[in-house]
Amino acid sequence: MIRIDNLTKIFETPNGPVTAADHINMEVPEGEICVLLGPSGCGKTTTLKMINRIIPSTSGKIFINGEDTTGMNTVELRRNIGYVIQQIGLFPNMTIEENIAIVPKLLGWDANRYKARAKELLELVALDPSIFLKRYPRELSGGQQQRIGVARALAADPPVMLMDEPFGAIDPINREVIQDEFLKMQQELRKTIMFVSHDIDEAVKMADRIAIFRGGRLVQYDTPDDLLAHPVDDFVESFVGDDRALKRLRLVQVSQVMEPVTTVSPGDSLKVALERIEQQGYSHAILMVNERNQPIGYVSRSVAQTTNGLCGEHYFGLKADTRPEDDLRKVASLMFNHDTTWLPCTDEHGVLVGQVTQRGITHYLGATYHRDAPVSLAQTLQQISA
Amino acid sequence: MKKPAFTRFAYGLALVLMFALGSLAEQAGILEELFSYREDVVYLVGQHIELVLISGSLAILIGVPLGTVLSRPRFAKMAETAMQTLNIGTTIPTLAILALSMSLLGIGMLPAVFGLCIASLLPIVRNTYTGLLEVPDHLKEAASGIGMTPMQMLIRVELPNALFVIFAGIRTALAINVGTVPLAFLIGGGGLGELIFTGIDLDEPFMMLAGAIPTAILAILVDIAIAILAFMIVPKGVNPLRA
Ligand SMILES: Nc1ncnc2c1ncn2[C@@H]1O[C@H](COP(=O)(O)OP(=O)(O)OP(=O)(O)O)[C@@H](O)[C@H]1O
Ligand SMILES: [Mg+2]
Repeated sequence: MIRIDNLTKIFETPNGPVTAADHINMEVPEGEICVLLGPSGCGKTTTLKMINRIIPSTSGKIFINGEDTTGMNTVELRRNIGYVIQQIGLFPNMTIEENIAIVPKLLGWDANRYKARAKELLELVALDPSIFLKRYPRELSGGQQQRIGVARALAADPPVMLMDEPFGAIDPINREVIQDEFLKMQQELRKTIMFVSHDIDEAVKMADRIAIFRGGRLVQYDTPDDLLAHPVDDFVESFVGDDRALKRLRLVQVSQVMEPVTTVSPGDSLKVALERIEQQGYSHAILMVNERNQPIGYVSRSVAQTTNGLCGEHYFGLKADTRPEDDLRKVASLMFNHDTTWLPCTDEHGVLVGQVTQRGITHYLGATYHRDAPVSLAQTLQQISA
Repeated sequence: MKKPAFTRFAYGLALVLMFALGSLAEQAGILEELFSYREDVVYLVGQHIELVLISGSLAILIGVPLGTVLSRPRFAKMAETAMQTLNIGTTIPTLAILALSMSLLGIGMLPAVFGLCIASLLPIVRNTYTGLLEVPDHLKEAASGIGMTPMQMLIRVELPNALFVIFAGIRTALAINVGTVPLAFLIGGGGLGELIFTGIDLDEPFMMLAGAIPTAILAILVDIAIAILAFMIVPKGVNPLRA
């Protein structure tokens, strides 16, 4: 846990004092990622660097895991904080192995142990140790170097990590890949992380909480969803962008908006299908599953109304389906692509677990806008039908 | 990587030339003449090398730490003045330095070593100083950010990254040094200068050559030795010769 208490930095410059951080108060709970976000010069880097004392603070306190860092020895403090600098800063005179193992070495680990650690970390950041351990930084691409920078910061397993635009130097495609890998890593490692970014999309993707800075002040500190749903002022609103509703889509998983679904089987008659469609209020169609409850197609309302026979003889193939862990951005994209307002949702064995509908999504997002207490979907649906 | 290739080529050419000159000399009976100074040459070469080694090592042992100290932030103000002073120092001809050192310490090996050391100090100090200052700030920030003490940072990050520049300084310094050693004879320091200057005085060209040729060969060998040393010692990741 990192707690920042009235942290202030005033730089004395020839043109007078510059307040780079103005009474910042915030707390990052243990195991969470907090992204510091804001326009250039707003004090993100300054705030971050005060935590490991690269920049000495003018006033205020910093607590790490409840302990006031003021009295701590600087070197001691820094060895417990992983630090990834914006310029990567790998030591060109050392091999990748030496770069990663430097902190364990300083801590006096024996050679076998830090070598094993370097290998393990390379694997963690998805680089092949047999290829990369003995290389030098200049023999790596920018993205690979950035991964090594993260690995180096993780080497001694510090509980806290500070990262200043760690993925800034990478092209958008590889950045997404590294972000995904990093999030996967974080799920296991559960570090308390402060992360500087100027990219709202990156922040929304990575953060448990986002801190928006402006002119040295912390103007809003919220979860990504709350930030996008309720910007505190015009500045934050314009900073997060006009498409903030769309940005929220990626924050929500299918499992959060999944609804129970009524189905038919191939042996049912079309009359049964029509009955169920009317009963459930489905507007266009009903899903058909096989005996193992795997979706195999759908029966459309118009066919059911005009034809006699069995569902198994008059159905259409499925266009697409989703998984409970997919985010809604993917779902929305699938819906647009296939011109449909609902999609079945299946588990890893292809067994039906529910459905996701446009109506459900809209209501889920709307619920937050109305500041309702976290609503269960069942409640939402009740409200709709009421 | 053009430069090393070129120097290697130059060395090769020099060797071929020497060989050609040698065969010519052989025919003209020059070699026999030169050979008559063999014992003197062997002794004086030893002295010569001694002078280079002692004054050169001293210059390195003083110059690198001095440059390092001057590059530390707390000496920043002093450093500029010190570098200026040293710069003025280089404009003094090496012969004058030897003369001054003689007037200070008298005649013999000691003033010679002292003078040579002073004459070759500046490039080492200057390159150590600038080499260390040129280590990028973000490397230093990364180093202190992961919890290195200033000493660890100096040894593990700053010096290795400045080493190539420092070696360039050492190479220049030793070139000056080797070039100045023959003059050491003038203040009683010994070395191959004895044959050269006596040869000139007595109008004995062969005696002079017996001093001049080994001097030239030594200069080349010292340069090669430093180049090899730099190649081996500067870490691979920051060594342009080993890209
Ligand atoms: N060493 C310094 N001396 C004087 N002023 C400084 C110093 N470092 C930063 N500042 C000023 O403090 C303010 C905040 O700087 P900071 O580096 O924290 O910005 P930032 O939010 O990280 O911006 P960016 O996104 O461009 O990196 C800026 O106005 C900057 O000019
Ligand atoms: Mg910054």
